[in-house]
Amino acid sequence: MNEMTMIDRDVTTGTLKISARKAQVYYGETHAIKDVDIDIEDKMVTAFIGPSGCGKSTFLRCLNRMNDTIDICRVEGQIQLDGQDIYDPKVDPVQLRARVGMVFQKPNPFPKSIFDNVAYGPRIHGLARNRADLDEIVEKSLRRAALWDEVKDRLQAPGTGLSGGQQQRLCIARAVATAPEVLLMDEPCSALDPIATAQVEELIDELRSNFSVVIVTHSMQQAARVSQRTAFFHLGNLVEFGETGDIFTNPSDPRTESYITGRIG
Amino acid sequence: MSDSTHDLPPGSGLPIAPRGDRPLLTELDPRTKKRYAAERRFKALGLTAVCIGVLCLVVLVSSVLRQGLPAFTQTFIDVPVYLDPATLDPDGNRDPEQMKSVLTFGYQPLIAAGLERALDDRGLGEQVTADEVAGLISRGAAAQMRDYVLANPEKLGETIDFNFVANGRVDGYLKGRVTMESAALDSQISPEQLQLVDKLRDAGLIEKKFNWAFITGPDASGNRPEAAGMGVAIIGSAYMMLVVLVLALPIGVAASIYLEEFAPQNRFTDIIEVNISNLAAVPSIVFGILGLAIFINWAGLPQSAPIVGGLVLTLMTLPTIIISTRASLKSVPPSIRDGALGLGASKMQAVFHHVLPLAAPGILTGTIIGLAQALGETAPLMLIGMVAFVRDFPDAPPAGLFEPASALPVQVYNWTQRSDPAFVERASGAIIVLLIFLVLMNTVAIILRRRFERRW
Ligand SMILES: Nc1ncnc2c1ncn2[C@@H]1O[C@H](COP(=O)(O)OP(=O)(O)O)[C@@H](O)[C@H]1O
Ligand SMILES: [Mg+2]
Repeated sequence: MNEMTMIDRDVTTGTLKISARKAQVYYGETHAIKDVDIDIEDKMVTAFIGPSGCGKSTFLRCLNRMNDTIDICRVEGQIQLDGQDIYDPKVDPVQLRARVGMVFQKPNPFPKSIFDNVAYGPRIHGLARNRADLDEIVEKSLRRAALWDEVKDRLQAPGTGLSGGQQQRLCIARAVATAPEVLLMDEPCSALDPIATAQVEELIDELRSNFSVVIVTHSMQQAARVSQRTAFFHLGNLVEFGETGDIFTNPSDPRTESYITGRIG
Repeated sequence: MSDSTHDLPPGSGLPIAPRGDRPLLTELDPRTKKRYAAERRFKALGLTAVCIGVLCLVVLVSSVLRQGLPAFTQTFIDVPVYLDPATLDPDGNRDPEQMKSVLTFGYQPLIAAGLERALDDRGLGEQVTADEVAGLISRGAAAQMRDYVLANPEKLGETIDFNFVANGRVDGYLKGRVTMESAALDSQISPEQLQLVDKLRDAGLIEKKFNWAFITGPDASGNRPEAAGMGVAIIGSAYMMLVVLVLALPIGVAASIYLEEFAPQNRFTDIIEVNISNLAAVPSIVFGILGLAIFINWAGLPQSAPIVGGLVLTLMTLPTIIISTRASLKSVPPSIRDGALGLGASKMQAVFHHVLPLAAPGILTGTIIGLAQALGETAPLMLIGMVAFVRDFPDAPPAGLFEPASALPVQVYNWTQRSDPAFVERASGAIIVLLIFLVLMNTVAIILRRRFERRW
């Protein structure tokens, strides 16, 4: 394929990681997600953008069945991970979440030491055979999250004592440590200052080499900076999905255009 | 320097904006004045309320202390008693089994004689009779002496110095409760006897000592207030607290965790929730009736036993523990649960690894407050027979849980019901012990909470 739409971006067609067909989400009577079809590729950053309340978080939480924890929430349609339906009754959501990790909007480190925060996932999933293994996983994850140099001398200090940006990177390290295949991030930078945001964005770009990353963001600049694919949601519909460059330079739907030019928000 | 600066334009030399008819910042406008007046009135009201509360507390505590502290000291009389072999061992073979045939009745005259002789030695005992002398000493003295002789038969024929508990009236006289005037009207003591007490005191034969038997000893009958102790009641209360802790804590915490973290939100759980709150408000005597019907009449458990008391108090404490545990589980931020679930922890792991440790201080506090409530509870225990007069200490648990015992608050109630005024002092003393236990428990609650919270 030799189209002109490729900007100076590393966009190559990869393999399919997650696909949704006719996905519907209801909160009781509220129809929050309507007929969403989307293909999320491996080793690629996909950004979900859209006005507040349009269902970005809701859809993101469908991808690792975090919506199961909400009693009134009901999901219909089909969502597949590597070709397997994740809403199959035989699928164990706990096992699914070990493969599809999540980072939340507000940094939420456990009130335990930095080490224990990162080691928690490997411990419950039995990823480390011994203490040396665990130490290695923790160091590797903290390095991936660009936090190692800042905390290597105080791994036993409480994770809640770090700054906001450090806490969020700790949460990313914690998610990375369980070796997921997909990393879901719900507005990971919304509670961070610009410098911490820049660090996390840089990190996301690096994570792409190992994971497929899905990030919800309310900042279009951020979507443009970090993602290769962008999905624009509006009132529960997936309005437009495509290469990030296309969406921002050449939106095909008038709603997308008004949103990125700031007319709906 | 601050005097001159306020005339100067700040910094740039620009002219100051005209103030117009707005008031000076240093002037209070009428609205602000009114607001401050309201604030002052509210503060004064609050302070008054606090003062009234503190005053009531001070009056309560000081009256309990004033009445109850004397119970912790007791009057003792030194009596050298000649253990007359002719009376105590008529067979002359020093066999304790045969010496048992001499009842306390036989010991009584020896004590009187001993005291008389001690008075004679000091030239004090001319005008008193043996009966009057014997009346100074507790009726339990003869039993105490008999126990000693049966345990040490070889001491017969010697003169032993006994330290007997004085009669309650004598004790009352030294503590100012009994006076010459009241003694004149009292069949149990006469002014002559009190004069004798004065002499004994001058001679150094009579003294007040700290009264361990009040705390560790068993209760005594209504005409021996000087010997009454609350040992059995303390043990009974301790056993019941043990039962409550062992049952109510795990059941309460498990129920709360299930309701808060696992149970679906539906009509059924709503009903359970409402009813738990209602249970917390049920009068405690109702739990006593329930306990009587279920544990004693239906399950056939023994009356007056700490196990039954503990079970009844468990029922009563459960709602308190469940409510406070649920409140502290609720106060754990949901983001912690999300964090754990998002990493692939199961619900149970999320709860036990992350939520429960954070909720622990609240759970502990709730439990200890529940226990403290249970410790002071009287009404339900009376219905299950714990008002009975119990003199024998129960064994160690678990067997002791099924033997009759008393409980501290019931003991207080019991003593206030007795006619001898010496029991008023005893009851207040028991209240002091009860309050000390409650303060200790609350202190433990505070310390535990601090320790848990200080981890981060
Ligand atoms: N737990 C919930 N219960 C009921 N409705 C919810 C819940 N979470 C989200 N919603 C509704 O679903 C819609 C989408 O919300 P959300 O996914 O959070 O939007 P976004 O993340 O795009 O701002 C909103 O209308 C919101 O009110
Ligand atoms: Mg959101």
